[in-house]
Amino acid sequence: MDATAIKPSSLERPRAARSPGYWSKVGRRLLRDPVTMGCLAVLLLIVLSAIFADVLAPADPYKASMIRRLKPIGTPNHPLGTDELGRDMLTRLLYGGRMSLVMGILPVLNALVIGGLLGIVAGFFGGRLNMAIMRTIDVLYAFPSVLLAVAISGALGSGLTNAIVALTIVFVPPLARIAETVTTQVRGMDFVDAARASGAGSFTIIRVHLLPNVLGPIFVYASSLISVSIILASGLSFLGLGVEPPQAEWGLMLNTLRQAIYVQPWVAVLPGALIFLTSICCNLASDGLRTAMEVKL
Amino acid sequence: MPDQTQSAPLLSVSGLTVSFKTERGTASAINGVDFDLKRGEVLCLLGESGSGKSVTLRALMRLLPERRSRIAGKVLLNGEDVYAVPERRMEKLRGKAISMVFQEPMLALDPVYTIGHQIAETIVRHEGIAFADAERRALDLLERVQIPSAKRRLKAYPHEMSGGMRQRAMIALALSCNPALLLADEPTTALDATVQMQILLLLRQLQAELDMAVILVTHDIGVAAETADRVAVMYAGRFVELGTARQVLKDPQHPYTAGLLASTVHGNMRGHALEAIPGAPPDLTNLPSGCAYAPRCPHADAHCTAAPPSETWLEPGRMARCVRARVPAAAPV
Repeated sequence: MDATAIKPSSLERPRAARSPGYWSKVGRRLLRDPVTMGCLAVLLLIVLSAIFADVLAPADPYKASMIRRLKPIGTPNHPLGTDELGRDMLTRLLYGGRMSLVMGILPVLNALVIGGLLGIVAGFFGGRLNMAIMRTIDVLYAFPSVLLAVAISGALGSGLTNAIVALTIVFVPPLARIAETVTTQVRGMDFVDAARASGAGSFTIIRVHLLPNVLGPIFVYASSLISVSIILASGLSFLGLGVEPPQAEWGLMLNTLRQAIYVQPWVAVLPGALIFLTSICCNLASDGLRTAMEVKL
Repeated sequence: MPDQTQSAPLLSVSGLTVSFKTERGTASAINGVDFDLKRGEVLCLLGESGSGKSVTLRALMRLLPERRSRIAGKVLLNGEDVYAVPERRMEKLRGKAISMVFQEPMLALDPVYTIGHQIAETIVRHEGIAFADAERRALDLLERVQIPSAKRRLKAYPHEMSGGMRQRAMIALALSCNPALLLADEPTTALDATVQMQILLLLRQLQAELDMAVILVTHDIGVAAETADRVAVMYAGRFVELGTARQVLKDPQHPYTAGLLASTVHGNMRGHALEAIPGAPPDLTNLPSGCAYAPRCPHADAHCTAAPPSETWLEPGRMARCVRARVPAAAPV
């Protein structure tokens, strides 16, 4: 009897504590997920080390030395060895992270804004406008993403800006499609009608009811694209279409070090390992984010 | 709203027709609906699925998709023609003068906002008061719809509440700006039986307290009997019978109403098979030229299929759309 009497209050207490908003709930769920937290920590470390590269780096990233070429890991003054021109690997990896992260994040952000906007507009207004936007997007969809990226940056010429433009164009179609699908779904829900029934206009509905419901899924999907973007950007640099030497970028470093793979395999593999680490952390973190954001469960 | 005289109807609908363009042709969802509704009156729309009940409600609020639907007729709300005023004015009317409770509260509440936020948002939109004040009003409303520990529920998301509680929250949302007319689209269909009654009693009580007119859509005759002042029976987009709840349910004049009543479970029926109305509702893209109910009607004859029967007013406020309704003594069943 006592046990049943206690139950209701013990059930109610956590619910009362639930009152804080949506994002604090998402945060608490993330804290309970060790894999996601680990990945976020690694990502934070990578981002910080890229931001503070000029403080952290022990040497000048462009200073070459013919005598100290291809030193192994653990050489005094060069903890991660040197590359084929005798430049300090640790320094170049830190600086390279800047470029790689910029190439990973910027195109996705651009595409998130452009693709998301196109998709939401297409999904909300429907009809001919939807047809026009989505069929144009479908044309871009027809190309494999790597091929499209290579073709666009090949046409625009090499360079950081052009590579970012090319990658943006690659990521617009999938994001637009996701946004359109989710918007169409949400638009058909009763609460949009209910909002209209309580006197909300089109703009209010898009801003207040559509965006928050649509942004979650788009955002999570976009975060998983960051790793793809880093890899594609590295691929472009590897092919000589992205960042130009002597700039440090992980993909480019992988390219220039590939002849040294028989001489110093461990040094040559470092940029690749960092690309792998960053992208797998991005993917796992975005998975964890998706789970945490489904508070409706 | 003191500018209106007491005798003028709150809502006056005349010759309302709605048709939708579909791939199979034009579907005539509503084929001429006329009625007046007084302030503080409860009208129940009764009929089976697809008879045009929900479409009527949405047409009253001008909520139907304008591109795909053709709407004719006149809807006067407080003397304002709903289909003549600009969209801006309509947005003002929606929620404030006329508001709606939906069938499935889980879908009709936005999942990303708390209940309190959604109610406050509507109040702010219509009255332009501070959000904190609006939240206080939201709390009053939640108490008014008898949500237990309302203060805590204010901060609850729709998915954290039970179905009955959600519907109460939905009602609170609909009442947030004291509408003169509340439309309720099968508000109890998605709820389980014990909660249904509570919600109906609540609606009835609030209706009396706030002196609000209610149009309640249902296919449950029990609900109609319990709550309505007047009952309108709809079939194929028309009112086939209209009268006080007592008149319609005790002495049905239209064979369709009689059929509906006969196919409902009521007391002392154990051991008897329920009577069903034979056939199916007519195809709205291809309505019969005569009485839409004639193909299913046990009393149909040549008169019925020749031309659609006109309204027969048996006494003021009592209408049946049936050729046989002329002779009240020989009422069917």
